Amino acid sequence: MTRDELKNRAIDYLAGKVTCKEFTEAATDYLEGSQTWLGWVRFQMHLGLCPGCRAYLRQMKKTIHTLGRLPEEPIPPAVRDELLQRFRTGKSR
Amino acid sequence: MLAPERRVDQTQGTARSSNAIQDEQRLLAALRDGDEAAFALLVECYHGSLIRVAMAHVSDRSVAEEVVQETWIAVLEGLDRFESRSSLKTWIFSILTNKAKTRGVRESRHVTFSGVGSTDGEADEPAVDPSRFMASGFWVDHWASPPHLWDDDTPEKQFLTKEGMLYLEKAIQALPLNLRQVLVMRDVEGLGSKEVCAILEITEANQRVLLHRARSKVRQALEQYVGGGRRQP
Ligand SMILES: [Zn+2]
Repeated sequence: MTRDELKNRAIDYLAGKVTCKEFTEAATDYLEGSQTWLGWVRFQMHLGLCPGCRAYLRQMKKTIHTLGRLPEEPIPPAVRDELLQRFRTGKSR
Repeated sequence: MLAPERRVDQTQGTARSSNAIQDEQRLLAALRDGDEAAFALLVECYHGSLIRVAMAHVSDRSVAEEVVQETWIAVLEGLDRFESRSSLKTWIFSILTNKAKTRGVRESRHVTFSGVGSTDGEADEPAVDPSRFMASGFWVDHWASPPHLWDDDTPEKQFLTKEGMLYLEKAIQALPLNLRQVLVMRDVEGLGSKEVCAILEITEANQRVLLHRARSKVRQALEQYVGGGRRQP
């Protein structure tokens, strides 16, 4: 470990040591903004010092983004027409 | 009348259609008025999402379609009685969830292996494989084998292919039911946290736990697919 790494880890430790494991368990809390302010600061500090957790967070964000890009289920025209037909007859009764 | 051009901005894959309805009160009034365009808009906005959410419960696609059909019929029948205590959207998805639940239970009785019945038996499963952290020493619980830094195109590029999509769908289907429900609603269909809590009748804290487990499993699956699980040259 280099001097800088050692120094960074020491800062991390003093700042209320967040472990990488802890970060990975609470990444959704972090993304959802549901932590306390202090919790958020601790995580911010950890992220600033830890490339592994930065990579992890990026993977999580990209996972979420990729899930959102799954193609939409189209509505078959026949199903749509049938539903509209039902709406029409239902309202004319 | 409701502007038909609203449908146009749904063409983008990223912005899920479920977000296209902004003025629910106006839509509701139009629906009660018998405005067919309003109902067409409603169907077009939510049908696809309803299918996906139904498929989180029942493994069979045609069953999912039936459940959605039943949901629409229930919506039509209940429209006049609907009180705006919840939003229209939440109400529709709640009807679906209840119907899908019933069908899912019925289905899993007949199907021996479907993955439908699994629930939260694995509450303590960690988000990341513990072997990837240091097991002891000063750096205990810090990365021993950190994740690979995905570049801008990863994993999106891989998952734009047919094979990639199929893999992702499989990863979702492999999730236990309660994780799958939350993930599909939140991350695939883009429903809000409050909406999902109301639909599933769970607390926000509970939802976050389920969502995190689900995301963690899918992330792991993507990492394996991308091949960067253990640092590559
Ligand atoms: Zn870390």
